Amino acid sequence: MALTQTDMSSYHTKKNDAIIIKGKSIPLHPIINHQIQGNMQNYEMMVIFTPVLSEEDYKVAQKKYVDFIKANGGEIVHDNPWGLKSLAYPIQKKTTGLYWVLEYLAPSDINEKLKIQLLRDEQVLRQMVIKLDKYAVEYNLKKRSGVSTGMEKAVEG
Amino acid sequence: MAKANEIKYLTAIKTEKPRKKFCRFKKYGIRYIDYKDAEFLKKFLNEQGKMLPRRITGNSLKYQRKVSEAIKRARQMAILPYVTDLLK
Repeated sequence: MALTQTDMSSYHTKKNDAIIIKGKSIPLHPIINHQIQGNMQNYEMMVIFTPVLSEEDYKVAQKKYVDFIKANGGEIVHDNPWGLKSLAYPIQKKTTGLYWVLEYLAPSDINEKLKIQLLRDEQVLRQMVIKLDKYAVEYNLKKRSGVSTGMEKAVEG
Repeated sequence: MAKANEIKYLTAIKTEKPRKKFCRFKKYGIRYIDYKDAEFLKKFLNEQGKMLPRRITGNSLKYQRKVSEAIKRARQMAILPYVTDLLK
C-alpha cells in the first residue's frame, strides 16, 4: 500500500504521533503509525551472512533485500547491521557470521517470497523472520531511542 | 536418658526462611522478551545451556513460555548454543 500525498500531510498534523515515556516524548516512526490503514504487519528479519563477504558485498547483499521488500509494497522501519559476530556453534564450518537485523512493515504475503530468495542465496547461512506484536514494537522503539526498557531491573533480580 | 528425637530446646532454633520466588516479568512489567539479548537469556539457562524449570526461576507460566520461545529463537540464530559446557 502506498501512501498518498494527502495521507502524509494529515499525518503531520496529528497530535498523537509520539509516545511519552517518563516525560520523554519519542516520535513514532510514520510507518508504525501508518500500519492501522491496510493489512500491514510488523516483522523483524535476522540474517546471518557468510563472513567471507567484503564490506562492499555485505552492503550490496543488504540492499538487495531492502529493495525486494520495498518493491513488494513493504516499508523499512529500522536497519541494524551488527557486523561480524562469533557464532555459538559452527554453521557450514564457519565460526563467525555477519549479522543483519531489519525491521520492516509489509503485507503478509511477502514473507514466503522473501524466504525463497533467502534460501536460494548462497551468501546466507541462516535467516529468520518473526512477527512483532505491539509490545515488541514498543520494546524495539525504546531500545533504539535509548530509553529504559525495564529489562535492566530484571537483570538484577 | 533422653533419646535423640526427644531433645527439646528452650529457644527455637533460627532457620532461614527461603525468600519467596517471584516472576520477574510480572514484577517489573516486562511484556516482550528479546531473543537478541543473550546475556539476559543466560539467566534462564544452566551451565550446559539447558533451560531452567519454572520451579527454580519462579516465572509464571505465561512468561516461561515466552522465555522458552526467545531461547529457542536465539539458539537457531547461533546467539546461544544448543549444548555446551561452562556457559557461565
